[in-house]
Amino acid sequence: MDPIRLYLEYIGTSLRQQLQYRASFIMMTIGYFLVCVIEFFGIWVLFSRFGSLQGWTIAEVALFYGMINSAFAISLSIGRGFDSFALQVRGGDFDRTLLRPRTTFLQVLGHDFQLLRVGRLMQGIVVLSWGLSNLAIAWTMAKVALLVLAVLGGVLLFTGLLVIQATMCFWSTQSLEVMNCLTDGGVETSQWPIPIYNQWFVNIFIFAIPLACVNYFPVIAILGRGDVLHSPPWLRWVSPIAGVLFLALSLVFWRFGVRHYRSTGS
Amino acid sequence: MNAYLSILRLRFAVQLQYRAAAAAGFSTQLFFGLVKVMVFMAFYASSNKVQPMSLQQAITYSWLVQVTLRMLPWNSDAEVLALIRSGNVAYELCRPLNLYASWYSRVLAWRIVPVLLSGVPIWIIAVVLPAGYGMTLPESLGAGLSFGVSLTASLLLGAAISNIMSISTLWTVAGDGMQRLLPAAVMFFSGTTIPLAFFPDWSQPLLSALPFSGLVDVPFRFYIGTLPPSELLPNLALQLCWTAALIGIGLWLLSTATKRIVLQGG
Repeated sequence: MDPIRLYLEYIGTSLRQQLQYRASFIMMTIGYFLVCVIEFFGIWVLFSRFGSLQGWTIAEVALFYGMINSAFAISLSIGRGFDSFALQVRGGDFDRTLLRPRTTFLQVLGHDFQLLRVGRLMQGIVVLSWGLSNLAIAWTMAKVALLVLAVLGGVLLFTGLLVIQATMCFWSTQSLEVMNCLTDGGVETSQWPIPIYNQWFVNIFIFAIPLACVNYFPVIAILGRGDVLHSPPWLRWVSPIAGVLFLALSLVFWRFGVRHYRSTGS
Repeated sequence: MNAYLSILRLRFAVQLQYRAAAAAGFSTQLFFGLVKVMVFMAFYASSNKVQPMSLQQAITYSWLVQVTLRMLPWNSDAEVLALIRSGNVAYELCRPLNLYASWYSRVLAWRIVPVLLSGVPIWIIAVVLPAGYGMTLPESLGAGLSFGVSLTASLLLGAAISNIMSISTLWTVAGDGMQRLLPAAVMFFSGTTIPLAFFPDWSQPLLSALPFSGLVDVPFRFYIGTLPPSELLPNLALQLCWTAALIGIGLWLLSTATKRIVLQGG
């Protein structure tokens, strides 16, 4: 069986299992959606008091917010196996993974597909659409492509972060909480236009964890705004590639980790 | 009464054993605090409108949120949930103890220890942070004392809400929804997401009448000085009334649930 078919098979099993308790599932999804909606309402509250955020409007912030949250939601759904990897290491389940004649990456990726994040994705899309409908953007094919690619780049980048988080488990056998700063914290950070932060903080999210490349830079290209950070204009159109590079690097780290894996024996 | 105090003491001791778990969240909370502070700085820098609190007060408020975050009823007692899901709740029902009171004392300990282990260090760090980023000490001795008293009442109120969440899991579907919705309401209407003072003026009477403001907003207002210590009594009375009412609801839910509970054996 080719890898893609196998992966789809894995996902199918996971979905069927989660849809066993249908009423519970619907309730949880609606709940999750409402939780996220409430979160955006908080941003509205601040805008209603302050008017604007250093020249940015709430519709523009909705664009940042919707894109990064959609990307994170998709990434959490597909990367759940990496997100919960500590359990597999501690329980010794990873031994079994190693015995199978498939790449470890594919198997862990297919370990679990979490449907629950649909609620968060819905919210991301709703906020994004609301933002777009309130902005007068001169759409071109290139801009539409850039929007889609930026979200995809975000999915890859967050998946890369989850892979790194999982790789750490080879040494620590538990999920390092510091990684939450980069995943949850990264979402929190990049749902605002990044130049509002101090320069040292901005640099982290451009050079170390390039979240700005899948969110801030593409968005200003779509909005046709000038950049207060003085980035070269071409960069804004190619920056989503950073997501691909980041995932590639994290996979190198993953392979390094797998070679240093020692079973817990349990 | 002694039995319940012993439960509280025992749970306290157990959590102090698992220090790492109880202190988890430390770095994430520092990170989130920092992001919140920088967002407030940016908002204050972009508007001349008169705000319900000064920038320094908003920063102090944001840090206090991180200090006391894990005291909030944002989830139900994981062990009680496990008892209910596995059916071991049957043993609990056999004990010559009041089920509600024993769960209540468990959850109290469960909320206090993380604040001591991760909240207090965050508080110390936030106080000594460089000027502009850090929080201040309470306005006056009276403000500090009122904050302490009000925060204790918030703990009692929060435990009553946590118990309702745990008890609701005795109904599978409704419980799942409750697990999602109640924490969202807590986060939003308590002031955790955004200080309540920033909400539209028309919503203020409603917000302060709801039980949630007693969890975060009321104690914090004493700390930052927007509520004078002389206002302690009426506010404390409201917090305690809500605590009593929510304990009443919890007791009623529990007695209804235990009348219809069916254990699946096993």
